[in-house]
Amino acid sequence: MSEYILEMKDICKSFPGVKALDHVSLQLKPGHVHSLMGENGAGKSTLMKCLFGIYKKDEGTVIYNGEEVNITDPFDALQRGIAMVHQELMPIRDRSIAENIYCGRYPTKGFGPIKVVDHKKMYEDTQALLDDLGLEFKATDKLGTLSTSQMQLVEIAKAVSANAKIIILDEPTSSLTQKEVDKLFEIIKRLTSNGCGVIYISHKMDEILKISDDVTIMRDGQYIGTWPAEGLTTDFIIAKEVGRELKDLYPPKINTPGETVFEVKDFDSVLDNSFKDCSFSVRKGEIYGVAGLVGAQRTELMEAIYGLRGITSGTVYYEGQTLKIKCPEDAIKNGIALITEDRRARGIFGVLSITDNVAVASLDDYLKFRVMLDHKKINEVVNRSINELSIKTPSPKEQIKNLSGGNQQKVIISRWLAKEPDVLIMDEPTRGIDVGAKYEIYSIIGRLASEGKTIIVVSSEMPELIGICDRIMVMCEGRITGVVEGEDMNQEKIMELSTRFKS
Amino acid sequence: MSEKTENKKKFDLVQFLISNALIILIIASAIFVGIQNPRFFSMANIKNLLANTSVRMVIALGISGVLIMRNNDLSAGRQVGLAGCICATLLQRMDYAGKVYPNMEPMNMWVVCILVMIGFAITIGLINGLVVSKLHVPAFIGSYGMQTIVYGIALIYTGAQPIGGLIPEYTDWAAGSFLNIPLIPNLAIVTAVVMLIMWFLYNHTPYGKKMYAIGGNPDAAEVSGINTTRMTIVSYMIAAALFALAGFMLGAKAGGTSSNLANGYELFAIAGCTIGGVSVNGGTGKVSGILVGVLVFEILKIEMTFLGIDTAWTYIVQGIVIVVAIALDIRKYIAKK
Repeated sequence: MSEYILEMKDICKSFPGVKALDHVSLQLKPGHVHSLMGENGAGKSTLMKCLFGIYKKDEGTVIYNGEEVNITDPFDALQRGIAMVHQELMPIRDRSIAENIYCGRYPTKGFGPIKVVDHKKMYEDTQALLDDLGLEFKATDKLGTLSTSQMQLVEIAKAVSANAKIIILDEPTSSLTQKEVDKLFEIIKRLTSNGCGVIYISHKMDEILKISDDVTIMRDGQYIGTWPAEGLTTDFIIAKEVGRELKDLYPPKINTPGETVFEVKDFDSVLDNSFKDCSFSVRKGEIYGVAGLVGAQRTELMEAIYGLRGITSGTVYYEGQTLKIKCPEDAIKNGIALITEDRRARGIFGVLSITDNVAVASLDDYLKFRVMLDHKKINEVVNRSINELSIKTPSPKEQIKNLSGGNQQKVIISRWLAKEPDVLIMDEPTRGIDVGAKYEIYSIIGRLASEGKTIIVVSSEMPELIGICDRIMVMCEGRITGVVEGEDMNQEKIMELSTRFKS
Repeated sequence: MSEKTENKKKFDLVQFLISNALIILIIASAIFVGIQNPRFFSMANIKNLLANTSVRMVIALGISGVLIMRNNDLSAGRQVGLAGCICATLLQRMDYAGKVYPNMEPMNMWVVCILVMIGFAITIGLINGLVVSKLHVPAFIGSYGMQTIVYGIALIYTGAQPIGGLIPEYTDWAAGSFLNIPLIPNLAIVTAVVMLIMWFLYNHTPYGKKMYAIGGNPDAAEVSGINTTRMTIVSYMIAAALFALAGFMLGAKAGGTSSNLANGYELFAIAGCTIGGVSVNGGTGKVSGILVGVLVFEILKIEMTFLGIDTAWTYIVQGIVIVVAIALDIRKYIAKK
């Protein structure tokens, strides 16, 4: 028996247009917390999804408990004692906490051959588990009544209840308050003392250095190395993650903000637990950041401005004029464009060509004889975009789903540039994009701002916002808690504002 | 999700063979049937095939826009039936004993055709579209409800009696051929014009591009400023207009109508579209593909008739073909790991 509970060797995985994992290895000892680090898009989640059976690896071996295994799906993984807490939660909101925790493996009792769900046992066991972990919920509460961070804790309780030998935590603290993080760390300590191995994915250096035994760093789908956590420094980790000097991460600033042109006043959501009393104003040619934890309602506020979500009050002004925005069509007519957070679900048209993806928002601008599309004009616009934003594709006819994330994002940016908007709202513009492409996106953002466009960037990556923005607005639990600029644009200040209403 | 598309090349090749195998099989079977019964390749039979296909193609084109936008219209067949009945009542001979409107002169058939098309678009089509887009009733249920409503209306309108005695101008037109060339039935001319219009609409207008965009990703379409509500309503209105046109054509071809006219035709139209490459998951489909799909289905039916297969069995075979075609289509979209 080897000293490792899990060994992943030379794992490879490709998606169309991008090699997500290139011979990556990972070794986990029982009772250890092994941190997996790397920038967004480095392949951490992909590696874990390969382990958990969500993705099928192309190459490589997985040795679990001394045996080579081939995990085919999440159910198989759970059966073998591997549990995963996902970065993006998959809650069943209308069901109770207990049903969520025991989803798919409900305790049963038998009347002869007939098996029925043993609700009593399920609720009792769940309550015992929650109490044991020090979580103050009732097993019968509907999951939907919990906040995002509370759901995250329930998700972790679910992993614990599975009596897993390995627990994968993919950015578990992204929406947690400090108090909740401390609770999580207690739970992790208990798990490891029972011999459970934990794979911990996070961006937060202090957390990593605090709880890890080992640290593995990945970059652009490649394995960089594994080190014992003790003695590691933040600078060392960042240098390994980025693979080059930090100062190259962001392009030099070339935009100069002018007069205030874009104002948002008194936005209130129709929902109770969403944004409230939100007002802010942005200058012409400014890159305006929006920071906050997961669940801060940043996306919701931006989508409400764009006419995608309902509001009970709120006005948008551009150059002092009130804009009437009821739906995205109105927003676009008024010169506002939005690049959504979830590129795959709400950005790209996967089966359509790059040409169609670029032209889709501006079709009515390319008419001849009033009804007929001018394909020549469309092709000119598309080819110009491909050149200007250096979109890497074999042909404009290529289906967009075959492009890498960075190139898909550039296609979406092209879509909006064709409409020449005054205000461009970008929600997580670099999520799931590799480091090189991120730099290009930042350059594009800078150039657009220098051309006088007003840019609003929502991001969960604080360094990114600090690196490219002129000012950063911070939200917490649906309210704007402050706007920082200059000296105040640092992680500590932003973090403090992000957790203003959290206990 | 991008992981679904890995091994794409290999998978598409298999898919390509499977979908084309259907066409190859049909051609092979046609040759087989032709040898068994040489009348299969007779002028009369081919003309009959073309006339049948013409009507079915118009219905399939009508439903295709709805399908591409990820919706459905199960009221298609009943709409065709009601339209056929209405056209017939307005085009009965004055000397026919059972004339529904005894004192009314038969109208000009083309005026009837246009009026019924417009009438269907702004009533049934509009209502279907509103129910699906504004009330968010799933298209399957909404249009199924409309199916029985339209049937009820047809029963009331016709008094559950067959409608005959159509003016010769109308029936002769449907039986006739363009310039008396037997291989070009008049019905096929109408269908060709509709195909051309639909091809133009789908490929050369913002409407078409927006339709594919909505089918490809409705959420992204909304974010891109496409008015999905309006588009959905228009798609149902176009569909209803084409169903009405098909009813006009079918009434003339049959020489008389009843409330049961075109019952169940929506299933054949959906099958034709799917066999021809319109995905039930939306976003794809070409006019040329739909023609192939409808033709394949019609040829299959005629072949079975020629082989003397019992009608009961032809239903079973048709059902199997529909399910298999859609199963093959779905295969392309099932998550691959």
